[in-house]
Amino acid sequence: MVKVENLVKSYSDAPVLHGISFEITENGVYGFLGPNGAGKSTTMNIITGCLSATEGRVVIGGYDIVEEPEQAKKLIGYLPEQPPLYMDMTPYEYLCFVAAARGVEKSEIRGQVERSMELTGITPVRDRLIKHLSKGYKQRVGISETLLGDPRVIILDEPTGGLDPKQITEIRDLVRELGKDHIILFSSHIMQEVQAISDRVMIIAKGRLIISGKPEELEQYLRRKPVITIRARASADEAARILATVSGIDDIELLEESEGFSAYKMTAEDYEGAAEKIFFAFARAGLALTTLEHEAISLEEAFLQLTSGMDTYSADPDEEQKVNTKNG
Amino acid sequence: MVNIIKKELNQYFKGMFGYFFGAVLLMFAGIYTVMVNCNMGYASFEYTLNNMSFMYLILIPILTMRSLSEEKKQRTDQLLFSLPVKLSEVVIGKYIAILAVLAVPVIITAAYPLILSRYGEVVLKTAYVNLVAFFLLGAALASIGLFVSSLTENQAIAAGLSFAVFLFAYFGSNLTDYLPGTAAASLAALIAAGVVIALILYILTGDITAAAWTVALCVVVLTFVYRRNHRIFEGLFSRVVGSLSLFERYYVFARGVLDLRSVVYFLSVIIFFLFITVHSLEKRRWS
Repeated sequence: MVKVENLVKSYSDAPVLHGISFEITENGVYGFLGPNGAGKSTTMNIITGCLSATEGRVVIGGYDIVEEPEQAKKLIGYLPEQPPLYMDMTPYEYLCFVAAARGVEKSEIRGQVERSMELTGITPVRDRLIKHLSKGYKQRVGISETLLGDPRVIILDEPTGGLDPKQITEIRDLVRELGKDHIILFSSHIMQEVQAISDRVMIIAKGRLIISGKPEELEQYLRRKPVITIRARASADEAARILATVSGIDDIELLEESEGFSAYKMTAEDYEGAAEKIFFAFARAGLALTTLEHEAISLEEAFLQLTSGMDTYSADPDEEQKVNTKNG
Repeated sequence: MVNIIKKELNQYFKGMFGYFFGAVLLMFAGIYTVMVNCNMGYASFEYTLNNMSFMYLILIPILTMRSLSEEKKQRTDQLLFSLPVKLSEVVIGKYIAILAVLAVPVIITAAYPLILSRYGEVVLKTAYVNLVAFFLLGAALASIGLFVSSLTENQAIAAGLSFAVFLFAYFGSNLTDYLPGTAAASLAALIAAGVVIALILYILTGDITAAAWTVALCVVVLTFVYRRNHRIFEGLFSRVVGSLSLFERYYVFARGVLDLRSVVYFLSVIIFFLFITVHSLEKRRWS
């Protein structure tokens, strides 16, 4: 339904997107996750035909967005980052205008507009001027605009941006609800939000699609093995010999050795199990452990490291490819 | 397109704007009618309209300034880009709405010659031909104003820029009278004009080769013609500016002449500026 092939966008010299590709065929909520400036909005603008790509193409329901824009655009409802509202209109007038522009039959405009207002909960303010509405209501007017003409694909650029917690929950519920019979592509820079409502997550950073997968898969990908640090009253060699006998730990690394003490750092899948084994191994050897601690990186931290300094935790290129093709 | 026209008219007449524009134009129509026809006792309504055309300098920029600049500022252009409508429909729809707002006071003014004719001789034929020309002049200026408003997201800049362009169109042909009328001066002025056009072309399209070719072609053709027969260049520049000036074209009607060439010229100006307005919007998507 939505096919994006190798999108590249450059402004004068600076490239913004470096070849983003994905394909969406089934209904559901698809979350675009990435820090600000990663290229989420640019990608969405290109998909909806508001912006041209330097290279690559977008096909919506079999229609190329550049070559057959009218057919393709009928299948898309788009809410840009700043809702495109005419401030001196009422929501009802505004929605009627958009519905007519989307080619809704004259006899159906009224019904469709009323239905979409009902769904987004803006019926109470239908006759007030949009400029007098609160930010949450404006956002909802924007969302209800995307539903007109019954498009299969709905694209929402940061739909919860700048809203209060209650409004955020409401919008999230609405997005989830709509995802049952639409393809919803929404963007956000908040990881929990994307995880909470998406059926599929795509992480974009620095103009590249890094990962795409189910939220659980994403979690697996991001979850790093906890790091265990120990300090024992033993020489480095002694401690190394003992650690070598313990199963389930990797990446053993000497931190320091001084005055009969030595410190090591290692990683383990199962922290609790590994810590127990280490403890008994040293106990059997009659050597005292003075420190045994572990440190786990939260998903949020891992995400931040992944998207900001991609070299800090540079995803193995082969692995990246694998994840992409698996879900691509 | 009907939908766009409806939306635009709704915006013009929901606020004060459409009424304000009509009221101001009618106010001046009233003042000039009293002055020219009643006080001075002229039987020609053309003189009234002729004087009134000056008001276009201020009123048309105000009429067109927000049309496209406001869409850009409020980011509603993104909505228009993402809707399944052609940009040409958007531009023509907006233009027709502007014409409608302009037409309201002009149609009301159409009653004046009739009212005046109750109290004396009024040449109705020339009065009405002139009224049509008056509307066409406004329409041509509005197409330029619409184009200017597509260039910026600031209403005030759009209005100021349109005003500057109109002012030049208004006084341009008078100013060229002060230029030396020799053949060489005309050649230089025409080449300078060619460079300016090439520069505008470059700003609009970003295509340096096309701009360079325009300059080259301009220089080659003009020098070639000049060497063959430099006599025709005498006073040519001011004649060219005069025949391109919308206001000069309009004054022909004030002499009671139905000049079809001028009508064709007005229509060409309108089509040309609507065309480049569409491209100016299109370019925004490609930048």
